[in-house]
Amino acid sequence: METTFVLLLLLSPFVGFLSALFFAKNKGNLAGYIGTTAVFVSFVFTVLLFNQVNTTKNPIHIHLFEWMQLVDFKINFSFLLDQLSLLWLLFVTGIGTLIHLYSISYLHDDENRHKYFSYLNLFLFFMILLVIGSNLLILFIGWEGVGLCSYLLIGFWHTNQNYNDAAKKAFIMNRIGDLGFLIGIFILGYVFNTLDFVELKQAVIAGNAYSQLEWVGLATLCLFIGATGKSAQLPLFTWLPDAMAGPTPVSALIHAATMVTAGIFMITRLDFMFDLTPAVQDLMAYVGAFTALLAATIACFQNDIKKVLAYSTVSQLGLMFLALGLGAYQVAVFHVITHAFFKACLFLGSGSVIHGMHGEQDIRNMGGLRHKMKTTHITFAISTLAISGIPPLAGFFSKDEILLVAFHENTLLWIIAAIASILTAYYMFRLLFLTFYGTFRGTEKQAKELCESDGFITFPLVVLAVLAAVGGAISIPGNSWLENYLKPVLSQATEAHHLDATTLTLMATAVVGALIGLGIAFFKFIKREEVPMTDDRIIGFTSLIYDKYKIDEIYDFIIVKPINLLGSFGKNVIEPNLSKMIFSVDAITDSLGNQGKKLHNGNLGFYLFAFVFGLCATVYYLFFIR
Amino acid sequence: MGEIIFYFLAAITLGTAFLTVLSRNPIHSAIYLVICFFSIAGHYLLLNAQFLAIVHIIVYSGAIMILMLFTIMLMNLHANLEKYKPTMINLGATVGFCLLGLILISGLMHTKPVVESYYYGGEDFQSINVLGQVLMNDYVVPFEFVSVLLLVAMIGAVLISKKDTVKKDTIKKA
Amino acid sequence: METILQEIGIETYLYLSALLFCIGVFGLLLRRNAIVMFMSIEIMLNAVNLMLVAFSTFHQDAAGQVFVFFSMAVAAAEVAVGLAVIVAIFRNIGSIDVDQLKNLKG
Repeated sequence: METTFVLLLLLSPFVGFLSALFFAKNKGNLAGYIGTTAVFVSFVFTVLLFNQVNTTKNPIHIHLFEWMQLVDFKINFSFLLDQLSLLWLLFVTGIGTLIHLYSISYLHDDENRHKYFSYLNLFLFFMILLVIGSNLLILFIGWEGVGLCSYLLIGFWHTNQNYNDAAKKAFIMNRIGDLGFLIGIFILGYVFNTLDFVELKQAVIAGNAYSQLEWVGLATLCLFIGATGKSAQLPLFTWLPDAMAGPTPVSALIHAATMVTAGIFMITRLDFMFDLTPAVQDLMAYVGAFTALLAATIACFQNDIKKVLAYSTVSQLGLMFLALGLGAYQVAVFHVITHAFFKACLFLGSGSVIHGMHGEQDIRNMGGLRHKMKTTHITFAISTLAISGIPPLAGFFSKDEILLVAFHENTLLWIIAAIASILTAYYMFRLLFLTFYGTFRGTEKQAKELCESDGFITFPLVVLAVLAAVGGAISIPGNSWLENYLKPVLSQATEAHHLDATTLTLMATAVVGALIGLGIAFFKFIKREEVPMTDDRIIGFTSLIYDKYKIDEIYDFIIVKPINLLGSFGKNVIEPNLSKMIFSVDAITDSLGNQGKKLHNGNLGFYLFAFVFGLCATVYYLFFIR
Repeated sequence: MGEIIFYFLAAITLGTAFLTVLSRNPIHSAIYLVICFFSIAGHYLLLNAQFLAIVHIIVYSGAIMILMLFTIMLMNLHANLEKYKPTMINLGATVGFCLLGLILISGLMHTKPVVESYYYGGEDFQSINVLGQVLMNDYVVPFEFVSVLLLVAMIGAVLISKKDTVKKDTIKKA
Repeated sequence: METILQEIGIETYLYLSALLFCIGVFGLLLRRNAIVMFMSIEIMLNAVNLMLVAFSTFHQDAAGQVFVFFSMAVAAAEVAVGLAVIVAIFRNIGSIDVDQLKNLKG
């Protein structure tokens, strides 16, 4: 029964992928309906299984078959659905359903719709596999699979070369991280002789790891590198902003809500392993904090509506890593969930705006959209309030928890995180005000055609906005449902924060910080009606931030140029010489063959003579030499 | 007595074989070959293989040679078909003949016999009775296959030598 | 009764059949007339048959003679098909000189 449920849950998107790819070409919206239904089926089964696990408190193990066996190293193809993976599945399939629904309208005039929906379904298949895999290798299949789908979807509009480059960049950056991840898996397999999560955990509890802590440390470091690749942290984050080349629903689903959280999922899964290596945890916390700050500063100066959201995503992911690094896994998971709600809503809202503006993405050419796009405006505003941390919306609770943990553990990290969240409030309201308030700055034609999007687009927006507003309820301070729910999976639950004076003070500080950011944005963009300068007038330090700290250029100089040099050396020096060598062999064979060809002169007498001669030689060998 | 007969038959065999090969006219070749076969049948008789001798005469001298003669006559071949014959061919053939003969004979001389001396137990091993037993007991499957082979050869021969009228018609139509 | 092998020995038969085989090869190399080449092949086959019969008598084993029997059947089949091929060739190119059969030369 459970096996059937889980297989249906897993294979439904795969069936959707196949049928959308092969049977829905040129069939209008059919592909969209297939895709949405497939994911919705998954969602329904997820809810059923979630209910079961939530009542029985027993994780579901499903063993399908033994995948491979190397002496005593065994890998099973089996699934593990515990509280953590079901939580993840809930928002992956839930938001996935909404975004499929949204995409039906968003891509209604694209001729490659069937490909889009099949890729999206394939993505969900791999994501589900990643989440429910019971060992690191199955997780890795999903990990690679979602990377592939991300590549396919970023480059979905493949006629634009820039988009193709962005897709390649995402793939290669992820590849670097994946190498780290793979090495981490190998080391864990070497140390513990198993890759199964449950067995790994038992081994750690039994204390098998203490004799080989340096190997475990290396493994967790490698796994963390893998996570930085997938979850866009320093130094591998530059692919995520470029990934905005894909269709906006893809950005919402893959590059904000689900795939980029895979790294956090993996680390939370292996929390018992990371707890053994405090140094790696510290590194994780600092990397997360600096990523959060760096991305937040860049976001303040971006003028592309999706780029702002992309950097905001990187920044929020940084905060999650900060929480992970501080050992507050359930806080990170909480922020993943609330972030999935409001960031998906923000991306979908920006998609609605782009849709209404017929492809315009520059916020300098927007403004005053609130009159024409009421639903989009309200949902976008709710999500903005949520991400900025204004109570009582979801973002307030989750971000506040992170700040709280940081304050208790490390003041420096708290300061960085606090600055990042003030900046978050600033750039999000800057985006909101520039887009929806003030006067319209676009062309007359755009103004005339501007109107609210249809129900397929607004329905998911409303649902997500509601979730962004009330999602914080799952873990309010002092009485956290999430913490109790996750207790069986997490090895070391941090102590619940009581509503004492410090906590309340910190909450108040966070709210004040958010309001400061809001206020600055309000003052600049509503009162003084400032509009960001055109590109050529930006100078000095601002231009450095505007150019994203020139990180891409630095990477280009440090890595790409030397590799290109090496490549051109190979191309201009090694390859011609190799060719020469190979062609000389060819020439020898050719001349030999031409000589040999003369033997085949078609003269039967000659053939017979050769035959008799050969017979003589054979007989001579058999009778005289041997 | 037997020795004299053997050498007489051997001389006939080799001589007619040479004449078969060397005769200009294929008809003469065929006639010499028939004589050669008869002398081989004589050898079989000398070795006391009567059944085989009779079968040999029926199959070779009867069936095969008649078939060859008919073919020769059907094609109306005459002696001067091979007008030019380069000396290279003669030379090559002679060299091949000498070389192979030398190697085979010396090879046979070179080998040591496995059974040193020949003895004759006197039991019957090659009468039709015994041959039939062996053929039908030990070799019944190859025997059946041979019959299939002959059938296939017959059909094949008919198909190949048949005038290909259908194909020409289709070619004309095309 | 004294058999022929007791009189002259197996070796003489071996030399005879070897020589006969060589004559067949000689004819095959010398002649270009397809029918005569065919006859040479028959001579070679008979040389082998003769040797088989001689050994059969020598070992007093009927299997050798059964092999000869089979080889005769194969020879008959071969001649039937071979002559049919020769007739077909003659019908097509008006000659059975094998030197003229060079259509398959690359």
